[in-house]
Amino acid sequence: MLTLNHFLLLSAALFSVGLAGVLARRNAIVVLVGIELMLNAANLNFLAFWRFSKNPEPLAGVMFALFSIAVAAAEAAVGLALVIAIYRHCRTTNLDQVDSLKG
Amino acid sequence: MQLAFTIIALLILAGATAAVALRNLVHCVLCLAVAFVGVAALFLLLGAEFVGLAQIMVYVGAVAILMVFALLLTRNADLPATGPLVSKSWLTGVSIAALVFGCLAIGILASGVGQAAPPSPQLSVRQIGEELMRNYVLPLEVLGVLLTVSMIGAVVIAMTDPKPD
Amino acid sequence: MTPWSTLLALAGDATGSWLAQLKNLATHPWVVNLVAMAVILGANAAFFAVITLLERKGLGRIQNRPGPNRAGPFGILQPAADGIKMITKEDIVPERADQLVHFLAPLVMLAPITLALAVLPYGPQLVAVNLDAGVLFFFAIGTAGELAAFMAGWSSRNKYSLLGAMRAIAQMISFELPLVLSTLVVIMMTGSMSLVEIVAGQGSAAWGLPGWNIFTPWGLAGFLIFLTAAAAESNRSPFDLPEGESEIIGGFMTEYSGFKYAVFFMAEYFGMFAVSGLGITLFLGGWHAPFPFLEWVPGIFWYVAKLVALVFGFIWIRGTLPRLRADQLMNFSWKFLMPLALLNFATAILWHATAGWQFPGAWLCRWLVCFGIVAGAFTGLGRAMLRRRQVGPRIYRYAS
Repeated sequence: MLTLNHFLLLSAALFSVGLAGVLARRNAIVVLVGIELMLNAANLNFLAFWRFSKNPEPLAGVMFALFSIAVAAAEAAVGLALVIAIYRHCRTTNLDQVDSLKG
Repeated sequence: MQLAFTIIALLILAGATAAVALRNLVHCVLCLAVAFVGVAALFLLLGAEFVGLAQIMVYVGAVAILMVFALLLTRNADLPATGPLVSKSWLTGVSIAALVFGCLAIGILASGVGQAAPPSPQLSVRQIGEELMRNYVLPLEVLGVLLTVSMIGAVVIAMTDPKPD
Repeated sequence: MTPWSTLLALAGDATGSWLAQLKNLATHPWVVNLVAMAVILGANAAFFAVITLLERKGLGRIQNRPGPNRAGPFGILQPAADGIKMITKEDIVPERADQLVHFLAPLVMLAPITLALAVLPYGPQLVAVNLDAGVLFFFAIGTAGELAAFMAGWSSRNKYSLLGAMRAIAQMISFELPLVLSTLVVIMMTGSMSLVEIVAGQGSAAWGLPGWNIFTPWGLAGFLIFLTAAAAESNRSPFDLPEGESEIIGGFMTEYSGFKYAVFFMAEYFGMFAVSGLGITLFLGGWHAPFPFLEWVPGIFWYVAKLVALVFGFIWIRGTLPRLRADQLMNFSWKFLMPLALLNFATAILWHATAGWQFPGAWLCRWLVCFGIVAGAFTGLGRAMLRRRQVGPRIYRYAS
């Protein structure tokens, strides 16, 4: 029998994997990958809570997930544009080497 | 339902782990796409057809493709086979992530919210559309502005000035 | 008791309630789904064979040559010969290729397209899956093609493959926007994303004209935009830059041979069938007969007739128009089709707002006004684009 706990635990695991990627990897694009995974985990939570709530606030979870997906697309576009700009400037996307505040 | 959930969950976790752990960045993005599809499948399992399809369209069709483009534009696709993969403080990062998962898991299991699902709600596209046009019309408009602004911003950031030479 | 007698006894038991079991089995959801899958795949594969022959014959006639005429009478066994050739060819994988991704790319290309074929309504009762968000499903599934093109191009470790893949992705993304926008008008006017309901909304005939969406100004403009974008989405000529053999060999398919190449080829044709089927469903009335007195002919016949007509149109275009240049392609999509598709929204809204006009000739008046807007914009934009003709080397500002 599937319960809310299953989804919440999966979502927590997905979030943690994304977090580990963000904190441990050096490459800017992999960091973005981690952020996307964390956002997906959040969306999963929204939909799970929407589906398993007793008397659901109509569609609030679904709407939140939809808006979150759209915002994530904007975030990815700007984030990747930043990565490209950084690469053009520093010739690297290694975050350990991009630590200077002065161009 | 249980079996489908197990398979999809394993797929998501495997894809996600591979996406942050592999050396070859193109493989990372492809595994990320697998994880995205898995999450979309879970959305379908939860009865949110529209969100699941939107997830595939936006994440697989846009975000993954965008990442691939960024990879190729920054010439990251052919990484050196050697050299450290992780940052200097990777152990701290992974420990923090493990700690977060531990806290979340304890919290979830202790909260006692693990009830079974109520009868599956009927969610039609018409309902979503009406909701978007009534209660959520302002967020929708703001979102449109946000997307436009971010698109212009992304172009401006990534653009190089043409050198007069 | 030997195993054989046991088996016979079991068989005897089984035949007793054979009919009842067969009935149970035949209505089991798994069986129904399997049969639906088999029929859709089989019918489309057969259609694919017919269309390849039609294309080669048709192109041959357009180019003043007979086309294939050796295998069988009038060359009708040519598809079979091609199939045998493809299957028995050596499967060459480049040594430095990324083996797994190289292997997966054709599958990632073909599998989603077959899924897209499942949601199309082929007849009044002939729809395998009636999704509430059918149109969205169609486009969501279509995005996998971009990823597959990238996988094929990148994993081959070949410059031409990678260039072809980047061209393919850029083209698919650019033309997806006009494609989706022209579709959205129909969704807006029908009020549903379900393909079954969209077809049902086009049933009523008025004044001898069928109620298809193409007979409205926004429908006509939408259909033309849709058709252009669909040709580009399925990499048909004149938008076949990703595999333009005179420029980049075979594009992302350069390093594929044998059966894997055949799978790509098949995916391309299936994609064309799927997107034509979507066009039929959205604009050409789906399985509806053109006139009420022809309603007794089964819907599948009309569907296939319209499909053959559309596909023949694509073949005709391929035989007629030269290939575009990469920058012309992008300009065409972003500066021409996109504004037109957006303007088409305004036309649809105007059409909807003036639905209450009652004076004699109101329908014609609405039609002309709405059509005039789109046609005027078409002419104006086209003239403006032709005037700023770009001569000299092109500067790529964003890709250094």
